[in-house]
Amino acid sequence: MIKFTNVFKAFPKGGLALKDVSFHIAKGEFVFLTGHSGAGKSTVLKLIYAEEPVTSGEVRVSGFNAAELRPRDVPMLRRRLGIVFQDFRLLEDRTADENVAFALEVTGARRSSIPARVMRVLTQVGLAAKAQAYPRELSGGEQQRVAIARALVNEPTVLLADEPTGNLDERATRGVFQLLRDINASGTAVVMATHDLDLVRQAPYRVIELQEGALVYDSAVDEPREAASP
Amino acid sequence: MNLTVRESLIAFRRAPLLSALSVTTIAFSLFVVGLFGLVAVNLQHALQDVAERVEIVAYLLPGTPIESITLAEKDIEAFPEVQSAAYVSEDSALARAHAELVEFRDVLQELERNPLPASIEVKLKPRFRDVDHVNEVADRLRGFGFVDDVRFGRDWVEKLDRLRGIAAAVGLVVGAAFAVVAIIIIGTTIRMAVLQRSREIAIMRLVGATNGFIRRPFLLQGAIKGMLGGLVAIGLSYGAYTLINRWLIQAAFFSKEQAVAIVGFGTLIGLFGSAASVGRHLRRV
Ligand SMILES: Nc1ncnc2c1ncn2[C@@H]1O[C@H](COP(=O)(O)OP(=O)(O)OP(=O)(O)O)[C@@H](O)[C@H]1O
Ligand SMILES: [Mg+2]
Repeated sequence: MIKFTNVFKAFPKGGLALKDVSFHIAKGEFVFLTGHSGAGKSTVLKLIYAEEPVTSGEVRVSGFNAAELRPRDVPMLRRRLGIVFQDFRLLEDRTADENVAFALEVTGARRSSIPARVMRVLTQVGLAAKAQAYPRELSGGEQQRVAIARALVNEPTVLLADEPTGNLDERATRGVFQLLRDINASGTAVVMATHDLDLVRQAPYRVIELQEGALVYDSAVDEPREAASP
Repeated sequence: MNLTVRESLIAFRRAPLLSALSVTTIAFSLFVVGLFGLVAVNLQHALQDVAERVEIVAYLLPGTPIESITLAEKDIEAFPEVQSAAYVSEDSALARAHAELVEFRDVLQELERNPLPASIEVKLKPRFRDVDHVNEVADRLRGFGFVDDVRFGRDWVEKLDRLRGIAAAVGLVVGAAFAVVAIIIIGTTIRMAVLQRSREIAIMRLVGATNGFIRRPFLLQGAIKGMLGGLVAIGLSYGAYTLINRWLIQAAFFSKEQAVAIVGFGTLIGLFGSAASVGRHLRRV
């Protein structure tokens, strides 16, 4: 469903961010993307959601070929993905449920269907009681749950998470991680970039490790080993 | 669509100062355009008044039979350029002289014989009151056998033509200059609004909003600002007009159509200004 074949990515200023990266992620999988800072984790995710063009090689995402993507295809691709970030990216002047509804309104969902769908995902992330709260009235963990609810409300086949626990304390981290596992258990593929090796060790999921832009370890292909080096 | 309207109205509430600022700047630049427009309108009125007086007079040979004159009058009235043709007999010419030339009343009184010729006074339709057409009609009038002489104020007509040309050129240049200024101002304020909301725009793109969807509230917002600016400009112009009317001269105000055109122009400026700056932003990101 996500397939990288010999992918290179060079930024106009700066060297090669990705060097000859190939992997295939199947429907419903949970994959950790690990590696040092600057290894290229965010870049892999950006290529998946077409924030950046591929320099060479092939990126295929749920039927779309990144090389053949026209500008107007990009929104259609993103509607099939859910994306969350370390910094949540919520709109400060909208309440939790308005933030979630925003993702539906923007994609032209039927007006009458929106409130029920919003409440369903907010319940799923455990925030139904705080639907009317503004982001500043929520803890970091709660804000990330709102962001996850927003990512889920369009029923994506893949959830991309770029260090979703990077700003959270240990307890909130565990909560958010458990939520991602639950989401994965209900059939959504999850690709999570992280340098939290404790999390990676905790769960029996596939690990893809990058080092200076090269894929150095993929637990689905390579020999099992002790989790990635620190 | 409903959502577009709501989003663009929210923008006014969120940035009231910026919105008010752009509406006022637009209003003032349109107001300047409006002032020049008022001058142009009044000049046009004045020119029309003068043009009213553009008249061609064909003096007739004495003793021309009245039947030929009546026939000729019909013919002349049938010219496409002609609005009216009126026969003035020797007697009525004299009566008119009596009435108008009070100072010479005594002289006229003492005349034994009426020295004034009969004439046909020809008035052209408004759009034909220029040098070329006046000349053409005058030539045609000379073709009548019983026409002795044809007169019209050649200098007058030529000056009128030149004045018209200058008024139109000045109006066009000034109007275009201020329209450009207004477009730049609106473009800038919309750009500030876009930058202010660039986070929101980034999030919209992330969750799969199309460029058109992102653009629409900004376009509507720009159009509303332009329209409000146009309305305020009309209000300001009306204030200026009232003052001028009270203290200076009897002036004319815009017709309803001209007022609508100004507001429509403001709306268009708002639309183009915002389209330009949103388009640039969306292309860059
Ligand atoms: N827009 C850009 N322009 C130029 N270079 C960039 C750009 N974005 C990323 N890079 C470079 O690409 C490389 C990979 O960056 P990337 O953000 O993918 O790393 P990362 O693994 O996500 O790191 P972190 O763990 O710190 O988030 C880095 O060397 C970075 O400097
Ligand atoms: Mg990163």
